[in-house]
Amino acid sequence: MRVLVPVKRVIDYNVKIRVKPDGSGVDMANVKMSMNPFDEIAIEEAVRLKEKGQITEVIAVSVGPAQAQETIRTALAIGADRGILVTQEGAEPLAVAKLLKALVEKEGAELVILGKQAIDDDSNQTGQMLAALLGWGQATFASKVELGDGKITVTREVDGGLETDELKLPAIVTTDLRLNEPRYASLPNIMKAKKKQLDTVSAADLGVDATPRLKTLKVVEPPKRGAGVKVASVQELVDKLKNEAKVI
Amino acid sequence: MGSAFLDPRDVQFWLYDWLGVDALTGHPVYADHSRETFDAILELSARLASDKFATHYKKADRVEPALQDGIVTVIPEIKQALADYAEAGLFAASFDPEHGGLGLPHVIDTASMAHFMAANIATAAYPMLTAANARVLVKFGTAAQIETFALPEIAGTTLGTMCLSEPQAGSSLADVMTRAMPDSGDAHFDDELGPRYRVTGNKMWISGGDHDITGNIIHLVLAKIPGDDGKLPPGTGGITLFIVPKMLADGTRNDISVAGLNHKMGYRGTTNCLLNFGEGGGAIGYRLGAPGQGLAIMFHMMNEARIFVGLGAAALAIRGYRQSLDYARERLQGRPAAAKDPASPQRPIIEHADVKRMLLAQKAYAEGAVSLILYSAHLMDRERVAGDEIERARIASLLGLLTPVAKSWPSEFGLAANDFAIQIHGGYGYTRDFDVEQIYRDNRINPIHEGTHGIQGIDLLGRKILRDKGASLAGLGPEIAETVSKASAIEDLRGLATRLNLAWAQVNAVVETLITLNDPGRALDNASGFLSAFGHVVVAWLWLDQATTIHGDAEINRAFREGKLRACRYFIEVELPKIEPQLGIVAALNDVAATMPEEAF
Ligand SMILES: Cc1cc2nc3c(=O)[nH]c(=O)nc-3n(C[C@H](O)[C@H](O)[C@H](O)COP(=O)(O)OP(=O)(O)OC[C@H]3O[C@@H](n4cnc5c(N)ncnc54)[C@H](O)[C@@H]3O)c2cc1C
Ligand SMILES: Cc1cc2nc3c(=O)[nH]c(=O)nc-3n(C[C@H](O)[C@H](O)[C@H](O)COP(=O)(O)OP(=O)(O)OC[C@H]3O[C@@H](n4cnc5c(N)ncnc54)[C@H](O)[C@@H]3O)c2cc1C
Repeated sequence: MRVLVPVKRVIDYNVKIRVKPDGSGVDMANVKMSMNPFDEIAIEEAVRLKEKGQITEVIAVSVGPAQAQETIRTALAIGADRGILVTQEGAEPLAVAKLLKALVEKEGAELVILGKQAIDDDSNQTGQMLAALLGWGQATFASKVELGDGKITVTREVDGGLETDELKLPAIVTTDLRLNEPRYASLPNIMKAKKKQLDTVSAADLGVDATPRLKTLKVVEPPKRGAGVKVASVQELVDKLKNEAKVI
Repeated sequence: MGSAFLDPRDVQFWLYDWLGVDALTGHPVYADHSRETFDAILELSARLASDKFATHYKKADRVEPALQDGIVTVIPEIKQALADYAEAGLFAASFDPEHGGLGLPHVIDTASMAHFMAANIATAAYPMLTAANARVLVKFGTAAQIETFALPEIAGTTLGTMCLSEPQAGSSLADVMTRAMPDSGDAHFDDELGPRYRVTGNKMWISGGDHDITGNIIHLVLAKIPGDDGKLPPGTGGITLFIVPKMLADGTRNDISVAGLNHKMGYRGTTNCLLNFGEGGGAIGYRLGAPGQGLAIMFHMMNEARIFVGLGAAALAIRGYRQSLDYARERLQGRPAAAKDPASPQRPIIEHADVKRMLLAQKAYAEGAVSLILYSAHLMDRERVAGDEIERARIASLLGLLTPVAKSWPSEFGLAANDFAIQIHGGYGYTRDFDVEQIYRDNRINPIHEGTHGIQGIDLLGRKILRDKGASLAGLGPEIAETVSKASAIEDLRGLATRLNLAWAQVNAVVETLITLNDPGRALDNASGFLSAFGHVVVAWLWLDQATTIHGDAEINRAFREGKLRACRYFIEVELPKIEPQLGIVAALNDVAATMPEEAF
């Protein structure tokens, strides 16, 4: 069985994000980029399934600029078997889902493991849209995945606790933080990754129109955190949380 | 700062824009590599360093290694970090594939190690020592010795030490008293692991001498083989090197006991032991190389170890700089000197001229030190891929000249940088709530071990410069001249080039004077001052060379470029003039200190 794992190139989670002075977007000049952390978890999970002998091939896919090849190489170094870069910058979740659908069909994948969201735009949409486009079952926010015969059992993190679903294959799974702790790509594997196959296709090759449909009006910094205050009693604290912060 | 201890832009600039290390991949030895794999390895190092090494930095300082019932234990985080380091294949990074390594150039291995040293120098010391140890074994060991002792080190499942110092023999290794007797009375008695001896003696200060991180430990021990009269041969020529494992092949413990742990000012996560060899009749040791060759062989390890000592000092300087820079941007205190309104809000201290001075000095020292180390490590690779023997000899001689500088200059000025980092933190810097006091304590070892500053000064001026009557020194001339000529063609840098040229002329004049006076005893009286001054000239050269690289780069981030050019200017305008009085004292054979009667103190 083949598994497709999409990996997105995003601003590194350690970087302090700065908004461009003209409010047109986030300052990306000379900023360190790396793989979306949720996608790393997705790759790790797929590689573990392969190591258990439950699947045959892990294909890492990225939709992005040429530099996203580096992100794919990272996935290959963690253990993916080969990579596909779809050269398309600024694709929105729906366009990415359409591109992935085309690749799923072309490659005959029966399972797609995605990050639940990307830490740059926090959309949390691609996996769900892909499931709808393919007409497959989906289990989002996975914290445990067990692959069975023709089915997959996924434990999900939901507000009230944990929910366990059983899905027929083919299926879509999106990962939450606690699913696994991704390994570090070791030096020998970094070297091996260099020699693995990495193909490049365009949106047009896949017959998908990836033109953006959303318009960004303005990007602003989140409000600065105000100074703290000392409260005299627990009662005052509860009162403030209820009436000022309105969080309880 | 995020959690990165080195600015990735700096690393990229040093390796590719300035040194052009990607050219190495054109040589068959490194053909398997590419910039892409280098970058992936550096990124892995940065992550592992901040996730697994930095996280126990303070705990390892607070919870020192313990000795109980003869067994030394360290905190579990150190074990875990080193297991992850081994798992990532980093122990093997710079070894050849035939020994299970990845054949990474030294310069990349060094840049990788910089991240670990900045994050947690004491934990990083274990792989540093182990790699140096394995390098000696691979170069001088027999096939069986490599297989048994080096390969587990390269895999990271066994750690290694170097056992040189003894209570009465620190700087003066000629005086070691550890003795090695041929086992069963026959020097040619051949175990399959090499000629077998019984080693007895006390080794002081042994870093990683014992611990519970790995089951076995491979000690490389300097000892002397007694002559027919039973006496130890005097001098360094009588020293032989032995492989003395903690555990013997049959799974029993070798005759080595831990007599005590040293309780250090810093660097505490690295165990430091007084080891007694042979209390029970003699530890089994296998001779490595020929009798009398011990120190010559050990120097192989020490040259690499010296560059890594400089690297540690440089990495700690960078860390202190970056932490104090963050602090200075956030700490509000005082107003501009010219401010009239006392009710105006206080300003970040980074706006004060004096704080800027302390930041710029740190930047100039710290980044200057790292570039000196990377330049030296790159020389090791260039020596290996040199096109012919003449070129190889030329690079080797340059590396020999620069090694004492690479060890000592970062150790001296990295510490000076850390002093500023504390100062910028004000009273807070003097507390354990911040990292800078520990960084300083950790860094304070570096002018002491691997040959003290004084010993390195004698090595540089005596062995490396005066002994060959300035021939090695002359090898540096064309390198400096090339930089001066490039910089002279750039208007903004011309003045700095002139100053560097002048400083270089001063160094040469001093050396010529010393050669003419031909008074080797007195010439070395002020050797440590010469070492500091000479280091300043070398670093000024490397700064100017980087300035010429970055000056023409229109692509690079403007603030980054301005930072490099300013640091270069600061170093040459403010620091370089300090060499004049230092060199003057050397040239005049000033003996005010050397002839001070002891009873006058
Ligand atoms: C934390 C730590 C880790 C260490 N790790 C190791 C290790 O792993 N393996 C190992 O073998 N050793 C190790 N050492 C030992 C270290 O190399 C020695 O401490 C060092 O060589 C100095 O020797 P010493 O301490 O005996 O000082 P001394 O040699 O007594 O020197 C004292 C002072 O006298 C000066 N001096 C001595 N002789 C001369 C001279 N001829 N001319 C001018 N000045 C002189 C020195 O410069 C120094 O300032 C370690 C030491 C420390 C503190
Ligand atoms: C061990 C210890 C004992 C102490 N004991 C006492 C005590 O008994 N009583 C007491 O009242 N205080 C005490 N102090 C406080 C001490 O006097 C202050 O720490 C010191 O005055 C510096 O203030 P700060 O720590 O707030 O640093 P800051 O004022 O924040 O200074 C940080 C850095 O910015 C620089 N800087 C700040 N303002 C300017 C400016 N305008 N121009 C240029 N540079 C500037 C400083 O030189 C310093 O390098 C003690 C501190 C320590 C550490």
